[in-house]
Amino acid sequence: MSPASNQQISPNNSNVESEDALLAVSGIGFDYENAPILDDVSISVGRGEFVALVGPSGCGKSTLLNLISGVLEAREGSINSNGLVGRAERLGNVSYMQQKDLLLPWRTVAENSRLGLELNGVSKAESNAQVEKLAEMFGIADVLDQMPWQLSGGMRQRVALLRAVLPDNPVLLLDEPFGALDAITRRSLQRWLLNVLDTADKAVVLVTHDVDEAILLADRILVMAPEPGRIIADIDVDIEMGTGTTDISMSPEFNKIRANILDLLSRQETVR
Amino acid sequence: MNTSGSLKKILIEWLPAVVVTLTLIVAWEVLVDVFDVQHWLLPPPSVIVVEIADSFGFLMRHARVTAAETLIGFAISILLAGGLSSGIIWSRTVERTVYPLIITSQTIPIITLAPLLIIWVGTDITSKVIVIVLFTFFPIVISLVAGLRSVDQEMVDMFRTLGASPWQIFQKLMIPSALPNFFAGLKVAAVVSVIGAVIGEWFGSSAGLGWMMKIAGGQFQTARVFAAIVVLSILAMALFAAVVATEKWMLKKYPPTANRVIRLGDS
Repeated sequence: MSPASNQQISPNNSNVESEDALLAVSGIGFDYENAPILDDVSISVGRGEFVALVGPSGCGKSTLLNLISGVLEAREGSINSNGLVGRAERLGNVSYMQQKDLLLPWRTVAENSRLGLELNGVSKAESNAQVEKLAEMFGIADVLDQMPWQLSGGMRQRVALLRAVLPDNPVLLLDEPFGALDAITRRSLQRWLLNVLDTADKAVVLVTHDVDEAILLADRILVMAPEPGRIIADIDVDIEMGTGTTDISMSPEFNKIRANILDLLSRQETVR
Repeated sequence: MNTSGSLKKILIEWLPAVVVTLTLIVAWEVLVDVFDVQHWLLPPPSVIVVEIADSFGFLMRHARVTAAETLIGFAISILLAGGLSSGIIWSRTVERTVYPLIITSQTIPIITLAPLLIIWVGTDITSKVIVIVLFTFFPIVISLVAGLRSVDQEMVDMFRTLGASPWQIFQKLMIPSALPNFFAGLKVAAVVSVIGAVIGEWFGSSAGLGWMMKIAGGQFQTARVFAAIVVLSILAMALFAAVVATEKWMLKKYPPTANRVIRLGDS
């Protein structure tokens, strides 16, 4: 599995809704208690593409994921996730890993992992087999019978990710998956995520406020601005990630993209 | 050696409770003696103990009747409260319809209702069970509704994104989340259930601790009244202990999200 091989799949002009987009969001508007949260947001993510949304708190990043997953209904605009257009249709057919791990304290790691399969009527034996198949790669094979409180924060996030990806939906949403972790654990899990996610036939949307994380993981970065939430820039990440032995976050290309994004974000700050 | 160490620890932990209880009993005994209180007005603990020993078989026979009524009423209460709470959680319409009725049922002075129940349904066990249910279902409903509502909205959304049906969310998320609150209400209900039984028996029965108290009280056999009260307390404590044991067992199986017991007095 080579994460760098996804690179060339990035469409050149991504704001144009491409025919083969797995996830197409167009002209989304969303209000909360009469305050506009999102205004005319359009994104399109192709098969095998990993897109990151970065922006300050309150710019509606998480709301956008809630709209795509079908948890919330948009005021205007349309969302098409692999052919599923209705909100209720998408609910349960888009993989979504929330910010908190949200593991059920009364279920073991294995039982938490297979929740999505269980809710969709997959037999216990079959779902357990699927969990066991991936447990090794997710680094949780030794803790399958443990309870969530026995795990570290990083391990809990791994379980939450496994729970999200096991139903094997083509669209995967990640909302600050490592936001609550310390810097060292976060860095190691970011590298791990690239290896563990079989993104070749998936469209992945990652929400983060960590610019480094976005550059490290994504093929393309959408920069958002708040009040109301909207997309202000669409940046391709054209860095050869290499083998991961050298710290690419020190490379000049990486720094250039980082400077560009930070500049866009800080300009938003002065406008406010 | 370890066993004796932990035994010693248990003794030390329970020492304050034992000392306070014994002091109260001794004070009662001494004060009755010092002020020369007539025993038909207030019998000392020693006389009550003797009364319990003398009429043990009689007490047990009536305790069994009261215990049976209490357990049946308690069980019906749990089922009724479970149904009502689920309905209230499930639909706003049910909530609007049922909640005012539940509140109204609690404003009825049961003392005035009990004699009417005897006329309506007779003097058999039904009238007592109805009074017990009226006494106990309310705390269970209130705590169960609060428990079912206490579920984390983010958890609900997580279930929805995994394709859960409303019934699956109810069954696999809300019920386990509601357990701590449910047991809090159940403990209140367990203790007051025996009061319901006594009130039910007071107005028309031929057996039970409540009937016994009424007869003995009328004949100024005050020691016997107190003996019945002691047995009644033991009955309530046993039911309470059973609820606590079930709670411990269930919460071990379904631990709540925040399960730390906070005691400000502990360092």
